[in-house]
Amino acid sequence: MQRIGVFVCWCGSNIAATVDVKAVAEALGKEPGVVYFEDYQYMCSEEGQNKIKNAIRDYKLTGAVICSCSPRMHENTFRKAAAAAGINSFMVEIANIREQCSWIHKDKVSATEKAIILGRAAIAKVHLNAPLTAGESPVVKRALVIGGGIAGIQTALDIADAGFEVDIVEKKPTIGGKMSQIDKTFPTLDCAACILTPKMVDVAQNEKIRIFSYSEVDAVKGFVGNFKVSIRRKARFVDEVKCTGCGLCTEKCPQKKVPNEFNLGLDQRRAIYIPFAQAVPKVATIDADYCTMLKTGKCGVCSKVCAAGAIDYKQKDTFVEEEYGAIVVATGFNPIELKKYDEFAYSQSPDVITSLEFERITNAAGPTGGTLLRPSDGTHPKKIVFVQCVGSREDGGGCGKTYCSKICCMYTAKHAMLTREKYPDTEVYVFYIDVRTPGKSFDEFYRRAVEEYGVHYVKGMVGKVSPENGKLMVRASDLIEGKQLNIDADLVVLAAAIEPDQSARPLATMLTASMDTNDFFTEAHPKLRPVESPTAGIFLSGCCQGPKDIPETVAQASACAAKVIGLLAKDKLTCNACVAHSSEMLCNGCSTCEKVCPYGAISYEEKEFRMPDRTTRVRRVASVNPAVCQGCGACTVACPSGAMDLHGFSNRQIMAEVDAICK
Amino acid sequence: MEQKNLKEEILRISGVNPRKCMKCGKCSGTCPSYEEMDFHPHQFVYMVESGDIEPLMASGSLYRCLTCFACVERCPRQVEPAKLIEAVRLTVIRQQGQNHLKPDQLPGMLDEDMPQQALVSAMRKFAK
Repeated sequence: MQRIGVFVCWCGSNIAATVDVKAVAEALGKEPGVVYFEDYQYMCSEEGQNKIKNAIRDYKLTGAVICSCSPRMHENTFRKAAAAAGINSFMVEIANIREQCSWIHKDKVSATEKAIILGRAAIAKVHLNAPLTAGESPVVKRALVIGGGIAGIQTALDIADAGFEVDIVEKKPTIGGKMSQIDKTFPTLDCAACILTPKMVDVAQNEKIRIFSYSEVDAVKGFVGNFKVSIRRKARFVDEVKCTGCGLCTEKCPQKKVPNEFNLGLDQRRAIYIPFAQAVPKVATIDADYCTMLKTGKCGVCSKVCAAGAIDYKQKDTFVEEEYGAIVVATGFNPIELKKYDEFAYSQSPDVITSLEFERITNAAGPTGGTLLRPSDGTHPKKIVFVQCVGSREDGGGCGKTYCSKICCMYTAKHAMLTREKYPDTEVYVFYIDVRTPGKSFDEFYRRAVEEYGVHYVKGMVGKVSPENGKLMVRASDLIEGKQLNIDADLVVLAAAIEPDQSARPLATMLTASMDTNDFFTEAHPKLRPVESPTAGIFLSGCCQGPKDIPETVAQASACAAKVIGLLAKDKLTCNACVAHSSEMLCNGCSTCEKVCPYGAISYEEKEFRMPDRTTRVRRVASVNPAVCQGCGACTVACPSGAMDLHGFSNRQIMAEVDAICK
Repeated sequence: MEQKNLKEEILRISGVNPRKCMKCGKCSGTCPSYEEMDFHPHQFVYMVESGDIEPLMASGSLYRCLTCFACVERCPRQVEPAKLIEAVRLTVIRQQGQNHLKPDQLPGMLDEDMPQQALVSAMRKFAK
């Protein structure tokens, strides 16, 4: 028989105002096994905890029931207090009489009755509690960063700086991400490549960092501290070690008509290519969809011109298996497809472009060598209309996004300003719903576009763009003056909403990391744990968690690295003590539990059993790896023979609680 | 006068830079003559900036402005809308035949209760 103490907390007036705490303590004091009861104003305070400790010692308690707030709040506090007084911390049970009782009820009589019932259930459970000890698992002191944009680069550099090994997996042939496509960065207008490429070189030269470019994560197993990841290295048909990046093959390749994705299809590249001059790793890649040799077997020009002998048409996808202690998601964003926004004539006129395309057109390394020219006829546009919020802030039912994409106001101000600076004879209009420029030196930047550069900011939205005789007729509203405007523009630039990369959703499934309805990864706590996923060991960096600009991304990337370093610095992690276990005598070897386990913690083994007639029989039985089990309980529900049970939440304990409630 | 010159002239007379306006509407929010105007202070700023000046010149709102300078006092970006309205008004009365008040009309308007300031103000508002 257990010797149980009951401790009822008032929580100031949070509980005491709705629940008669004295009555609860007295009623529970009459329960079998209860040898001590007490109520106190703040059980979680130093004084309250001392009351628990003293009672455990003085009355030789073997278990304790704390009637207080949610176990999420103070279970740990009370378990520690119990352990300090010399009993196993798992002999403490919490009856939640705040969130599940006092806060949701008004009538004191019925709330008190409910509090007594909840306390009774906890007492019934403690009678069946057994001391538990949490195991420990080692930490693999290496991190994986998925995505090689500025977020992934910064996180990897910071983790490596702390002395841990980092691998970056990037699906494109080079790291650099979206920032490598951008011309200038707001609000200081420094050139994106000038500040990004040194970081890319740092990554390449850092001995602690390995880059798996043109690779994707194929499968993830394991748990925090011990992830096992399979990485698919896609065949690039070029030996990465031999290739010197001289670029001769990319000049000689006869297949010239491949849309250049780095320039968003505004020009063409060869079938063998290096995305841009500062690519890291600077290695050529053959585009299998366009290579004549790979498709028909007739060509081989690149192989002939390659002095290093790096071309290998027979290369196949290979898989690398690696172990990591932590995984960082840095999968980034893309602008949304604008096909459904026909009112802006995006698919009808080449002169209606997205802001990212505008970046390429104004970039010195872009298709026009940095001269602002219309894609249709290569002339200088004299009148440019920028449209903000295209696809952002829409009602959930439409084709757009409900959220604000956050970066568009600033980059549109930047585009407008740079255009006026380089080509002062150009008339520039910006149509906005709101101008949202919070951030250090951001609003001043936008005001500069208006006041110093004379950009016409018009409050109102563009309703329709129609291509007419080489011009784009823009019909829009000016809400402040209360009139409709008709502008004959030469170029229309759409600030398309941004969305998470398409690879994020399948990756989230692999990592069992949660996402919101927009496919952004959810953080463990929106304010207090913004760079961690609720799934232990998974961390978030950059736009995969929500729209953000470069300064914010870099800040988050470093915060993320700090969290990863904190994890990798530990030698061991304390496991969950409440893990599943299987009764070999009851297990029928059906494999149901193995199939439902989301953590891969259950395996089957053939085991010899002595039968009553002294013969032996080999049976197939389940066994749980306690280091991997997270105690979710899925197996205990799925097991048809009742062999699976959870320490701390056994079927008997739960039934005892139900019985106590229904008594 | 041409639209463009008109705008430049108004900006020169007033010394106002309407581009500084961030369209918050505080000037119109504070204006005691708001109800009597068809064009409100914020619209003056906006329409001068966009060169849409003729409707302003034709509007009676010009003479409803009390020149109380509440808008100037309260503008968060120091745009000084009243000075702009004043400049539009001056542009109107400086046109030929737009002199609405001559000094020899004054004796007939005199009245014991009228403060002399009002006369000075009227000359400023209606005469060249």
